[in-house]
Amino acid sequence: MNDVSLTAASSTHSYLDQIEAESIHIMREIVAECDKVVMLYSIGKDSSVLLHLAMKAFYPGKPPFPLLHVDTTWKFREMIEFRDRRAKELGVDLMVHINQDGVARGIGPISHGSELHTDVMKTQGLRQALDLHGFDAAIGGARRDEDKSRAKERIFSFRNSHHRWDPKRQRPEPWRLFNAHKRKGESIRVFPLSNWTELDVWLYIHRENIPVVPLYFAKPRPVVKRGETLVMVDDDRLPLEPGEVPQIKNVRFRTLGCYPLTGAIESTAASVEDIIRETLDSRFSERRDRVIDQDGSSSMERKKQEGYF
Amino acid sequence: MNIPVAPAALARDAVIYNHEAKSLLRFIACGSVDHGKSSLLGRLLFDAGLVLDDQIDALRKDTGQLTGAVEDLDFSLLFDGLAAEREQKITIDLAYRFFATATRKFIVADAPGHEQYTRNMATGASTADLALILVNAQAGLTQQTRRHALIAATLGVRHLVVAVNKMDLVDYSQAAFAAIESDFRKFADRLGEVSITFIPVSARKGDNVVKRSASMGWYRGPTLLDKLETVDVTPHAAAQAFRMAVQWVSRPTADFRGYCGMIAGGEVWPGMEIIVQPSGQRTRIDQIITAGGALDHAGVGQSVTLTLTDNVDVSRGDLLAAAGAPAQVSDKLNARIFWMGQNTLAPGGRYHIKLGTASAAAVIAGPMKLIDLAQDAAIKPVDRLMSNEFGLCRLEVDRPLAADRYDQNRETGSFILIDAETHDTVAMGLIEAAGDTAALSEPIRTSIIGHVAVRVAAILGARESHSRSIAKALSWRATGSIDTFVISWIITGNTTIAGSIAITEIVTKIGLYYLHERAWTLIPWGRR
Repeated sequence: MNDVSLTAASSTHSYLDQIEAESIHIMREIVAECDKVVMLYSIGKDSSVLLHLAMKAFYPGKPPFPLLHVDTTWKFREMIEFRDRRAKELGVDLMVHINQDGVARGIGPISHGSELHTDVMKTQGLRQALDLHGFDAAIGGARRDEDKSRAKERIFSFRNSHHRWDPKRQRPEPWRLFNAHKRKGESIRVFPLSNWTELDVWLYIHRENIPVVPLYFAKPRPVVKRGETLVMVDDDRLPLEPGEVPQIKNVRFRTLGCYPLTGAIESTAASVEDIIRETLDSRFSERRDRVIDQDGSSSMERKKQEGYF
Repeated sequence: MNIPVAPAALARDAVIYNHEAKSLLRFIACGSVDHGKSSLLGRLLFDAGLVLDDQIDALRKDTGQLTGAVEDLDFSLLFDGLAAEREQKITIDLAYRFFATATRKFIVADAPGHEQYTRNMATGASTADLALILVNAQAGLTQQTRRHALIAATLGVRHLVVAVNKMDLVDYSQAAFAAIESDFRKFADRLGEVSITFIPVSARKGDNVVKRSASMGWYRGPTLLDKLETVDVTPHAAAQAFRMAVQWVSRPTADFRGYCGMIAGGEVWPGMEIIVQPSGQRTRIDQIITAGGALDHAGVGQSVTLTLTDNVDVSRGDLLAAAGAPAQVSDKLNARIFWMGQNTLAPGGRYHIKLGTASAAAVIAGPMKLIDLAQDAAIKPVDRLMSNEFGLCRLEVDRPLAADRYDQNRETGSFILIDAETHDTVAMGLIEAAGDTAALSEPIRTSIIGHVAVRVAAILGARESHSRSIAKALSWRATGSIDTFVISWIITGNTTIAGSIAITEIVTKIGLYYLHERAWTLIPWGRR
């Protein structure tokens, strides 16, 4: 259990203790009620928290499920390095899935646009991986504060055999009693961080000393400005437009997705404490920096119905 | 000399370093359609400085109000999330919202007003410490207001805050506010032990939401935010006996066996004597293990792993309880049921039950009573419950389960019923009694006369559907036996023979009718 630095629960329970205990309860519940569970690991800060909670939930054992990363092939290099290092350090089982059909078709965010790229490499890729291994439950790090339609999603959220979400047919979740009974072909998405906010995530990372991808911290990086978005030039996967010259700016990322789709923000926040201060001072909510959520006012709801996590 | 520090920076650093002192309040917001619930919550967030710039931009886009004062925006749109809701301008589903002030984090269950969505309200109330109930000052108390208050109180919400909204539309009249308060208090004795606070507000103008109203100098109580920040959030179960349902048995190595769960009541410490229920084996706590190290005690709301001093048989679904104050163990439960299924709930219905971490099969043993929310929770005998109705009934479970009364412990006193075919969660159950207390029914094994006497008393109390069957048997027998007597008399011309036939028939058929009637209640066919 090297490097999972874990705090003892204090005798007075703060709200962080309470939401932590609740998330651990949810993870234990899904493991007890389902046959084949997987944790979706997207390498971002929420995934880091999720993984940390899983380590705590099953201590002194290891989490009784593998991690799955659906790699779109457009992740930042630092994300991939971080992913592989953490899996090794914690001794957890990591699976990586790439939609080979999408690779063969040469699908990419720049050549095909963000919507198609996300659909093929992320949504379809995820479905392939879940179907391939026959997972009946997938734990994810989505939070209800991210989006208006997520605010209404249950903690145990059902998908039909086509991985579709039906917001009108959601089961009530009174008390802490989760119903994991599945109809034929259904699988469950489980969201232990449902009741966490972005600020809670950062405070918890700070309190528990959880490692996160260095891209969250500001440092000089090469970027180009496209529209209102600052796109980092991670490597030569990003073709530069004529006359475009990368500039070095002190930037960081509030969320991490596929790199041409995730805008950087100019910032000087170089530590978790700085980030918390910046989050508190920030007048902008976080998904604004993701190109994909601005496709239309109800776009997240629509993507979720289609099976986007 | 003092070094000047910006107050905002101080507040910000307090968040980083003082969050351990911050508590959590879960509350539910409910109100009739058009009483301005979403607007009030939006106003609360806006005045507390918690609405972000891009949310305001999105709001301007959604409302078409691209210019004008920010205060005049329609804050309700911050809350109505699903596309269908924005189109119909109503809240359909339960949404959870989060905000935090310097002293508390709030989880708000935003519940829809319509009766057909009552299940969402009941779900939100099941974990809430406080219910915020909206009343329109112009319309006064409605059926829905009463209904919401009753549901909240039934589900164990201990604090009610009645926000009388749209005070600006009644000229901030103290009399209008006082009339609503007095109306509400008249039926409040139906709510049991709850604290009730009345606050006159205007969501549109912001009066008494975060800022004290300048227009209502006559009101001396707290603002809405004051109330939310100061209400007591100590869990009721903290003062109760130790309870923990075993979720998962941890066996990472051959020599380690730990029992994982979230503590649902009281406290636990190494050396404490406990009882494993339903089996009844006694043992002691060896260690309280968490990833952060072994604890010397743990309490309600903590997720822990316990090891025991003896090698006893414990598995998922078992309850670990204080040996001196165990839970009830029984395969019979009397419960208040909130029915959410599409079909009706009737005696004979079979469901999966999930109580804590235990699963079993349950059958509705009848008789049933309706708790009529439209008549301030009056109790009436019924033969079935419709969707969104509260009732009382008895369940028989295929194995004994450990449980507490709901008013003692919300976690160990609650269950859900799951439909065996659709797998939907169709009912919420609140345990009134576990065991053979038979408060609701006794099986018919005594003499018919003795039984009839009991049943007649029950009929006079107008309480049970078994009695209804008996009453029908009696009235039918009276009619039928007169008919038999008359026919026998016409055929035989002998009143003595006719009388004997009729009397014999009374004795046999009265029992047959009852059994026939009860047999039919077990057959779902043809019911609507």
